[in-house]
Amino acid sequence: MSGGIHYWLRENKGTVLAFVAFVAMFALYAANHPAGLNANVATTAANKGTILAIVAMAQTLVVLTSGIDLSAGMVMVLANCLASHIVVGSLPSALLGALGVLAVGALCGAVNALIVIFGRLQPIVTTIATGSIFYGVALALRPVPGGDVNAALADALTGQIAGVIPSSLLLLLGLVVVVWWPFRRSVVGRAVYAVGSSEMAAYMSGVPIRRAKFVAYTLSGLLASVAGLFVTFVTYSGEASAANGGTYTLYSIAAVVLGGVSLFGGSGSAIGAIFGALMFRTIGDLLFVFNVEPLWQPLFQGVVLTAAVCLGSLRLLRIRNRLELYG
Amino acid sequence: MADARPSDREIRAGARRRFDPAIAWAFACIVLVLAVGSFYSTSFLSPEYLLQQLKVASFLGVIATGAMIVILLGQIDLSVPWVVAVGGMMSTAATGWGPLGETMAIPVGVGCGILLGLVSGAGVALLRLPSMVVTLAVNAVAQGLMVVHTGGFSPQASSSSAMRFLATGDTLLGIPNALVVWAIVGAAAVFLLTRTTFGRTVYAIGNRERAAYLSGARTGAVVITAFAISGALSAFGGVLLAGYASKAAQAMGDPYLLPAIAAVVLGGTSILGGRGNYLGTVAGVILITLLQSILSVMQIEEFGRHVIYGVVIIAMLLVYGRGRKTSD
Repeated sequence: MSGGIHYWLRENKGTVLAFVAFVAMFALYAANHPAGLNANVATTAANKGTILAIVAMAQTLVVLTSGIDLSAGMVMVLANCLASHIVVGSLPSALLGALGVLAVGALCGAVNALIVIFGRLQPIVTTIATGSIFYGVALALRPVPGGDVNAALADALTGQIAGVIPSSLLLLLGLVVVVWWPFRRSVVGRAVYAVGSSEMAAYMSGVPIRRAKFVAYTLSGLLASVAGLFVTFVTYSGEASAANGGTYTLYSIAAVVLGGVSLFGGSGSAIGAIFGALMFRTIGDLLFVFNVEPLWQPLFQGVVLTAAVCLGSLRLLRIRNRLELYG
Repeated sequence: MADARPSDREIRAGARRRFDPAIAWAFACIVLVLAVGSFYSTSFLSPEYLLQQLKVASFLGVIATGAMIVILLGQIDLSVPWVVAVGGMMSTAATGWGPLGETMAIPVGVGCGILLGLVSGAGVALLRLPSMVVTLAVNAVAQGLMVVHTGGFSPQASSSSAMRFLATGDTLLGIPNALVVWAIVGAAAVFLLTRTTFGRTVYAIGNRERAAYLSGARTGAVVITAFAISGALSAFGGVLLAGYASKAAQAMGDPYLLPAIAAVVLGGTSILGGRGNYLGTVAGVILITLLQSILSVMQIEEFGRHVIYGVVIIAMLLVYGRGRKTSD
């Protein structure tokens, strides 16, 4: 790290803030939980948070290119429905099925990428339309909720390692190590940031724009399908729920913003988005711990989300010239 | 605008209407959809069916009008689902307050929508936050308010007679009132967008906000107003829907967000803002409504409808809605 800690902090301010906010909230949650912080409490919280965290990672990759993926939730639902069909039977066949689910997720992302790159349609409209298609396919696979999943695999990924650490958190860590870090350090990863900062400048500098976008959208689809797999492991079944898909898409955007990723692209990190997602989930859990009446929970969650979003406008205090507002 | 020194007449001719191929394509697609439908059953061409479709389209039309004004700014309003529900729920609730409430039902519903729109607009214009997150947050707050207000159930209060009259009644000539309402809203929107300073500023901001600001346009006020109009029209759509179904429901607004955006975009309005014509939105709304209706009448299973719906939107946009190359 040649620039030193100062530079690093500046670069990762959003991620660090999200991390600190999450830790504070979770400490509050754990301290007030009637059962205290034990492995089961942590595992339940982690399983709920992990799904949103993975979708938020998927959303981050696309948002970094200054796009938006409104189909992320639907890819998750599609993967969930597919997994309830093919991640069954003996362990080897279930693992093979899981690979198939991941491949389909990547394919969904690739379809988005091809339409955005070669069709030159706006990401927001493209993913609205493809989201409808993915949901249709999910509905064809699972007209009514049901299905099954390999129990050994599901329990291994939603349980605890050594009776202490929730394995879902290890899965999350694994995704960061296997997917995010190599991506961030690769040429393509840098190209994604360049495209998000200024596509024109990136083009002029000979950055491989198309490859960057293709990789970002495809990886995003892949990650969304990991989330879908995990949903299957948690629920032991598949359900083509449009409400679920829509909610996860919108929450993933919220999580990305809370995690300090700029919706204009080119700045932020998937790690920040993960903490943004965990934070968003902890808000909901906090209400439970403090015995807030369930009826007031959505309102409280909305107000907290609004407040968190408004924090983004603090940058206005540093603006020297009004014209900077209209960048 | 590229002309060196356009004469007054040229400016007027240009403002009157540049031929927009997207709108022609959208109308051509309507004809195509109807033609395909008529192979299945000639009743798709009957005046009764078409009027019925236009009536159903009016609800989407009113909501899409608001969505379009915000999209022209280069922003987006994701708070449509729960602002629609707020409009429906508050107007039916007001109806239950007695005679005064019954007469005030529609203004109460629309007024709540305006308030929510003002909040979104303030977040975008004053706090300079991305509209996508602000409206998402407003949507969450609106949902929370309505859950508290209704206790989490669909409210029992029924809509006022005025709401039912607007949504389900027919005028003398057999034209549905809802269609008349949409026509009035549409005419007002066209006037606002093409004949007023507000409208010109909306287009200017959509093209380049900084330039609009430097030209002395009151960008902040215009953005806030635009979001307030969008909130008002979403809530008004909710009022009409509550009148149509004679009561409000929890998720009544959910099926209107994406179709409203799709209708605006299919009508040739650029999602990046600054370019678009209301006639296109009319075409987009009719197209989406017809598509949904014909697919369901043809008894295509639900999954097939979703897939075809998505494929058709992509296909049509690939024909006429493509962006520029980066290298241009």
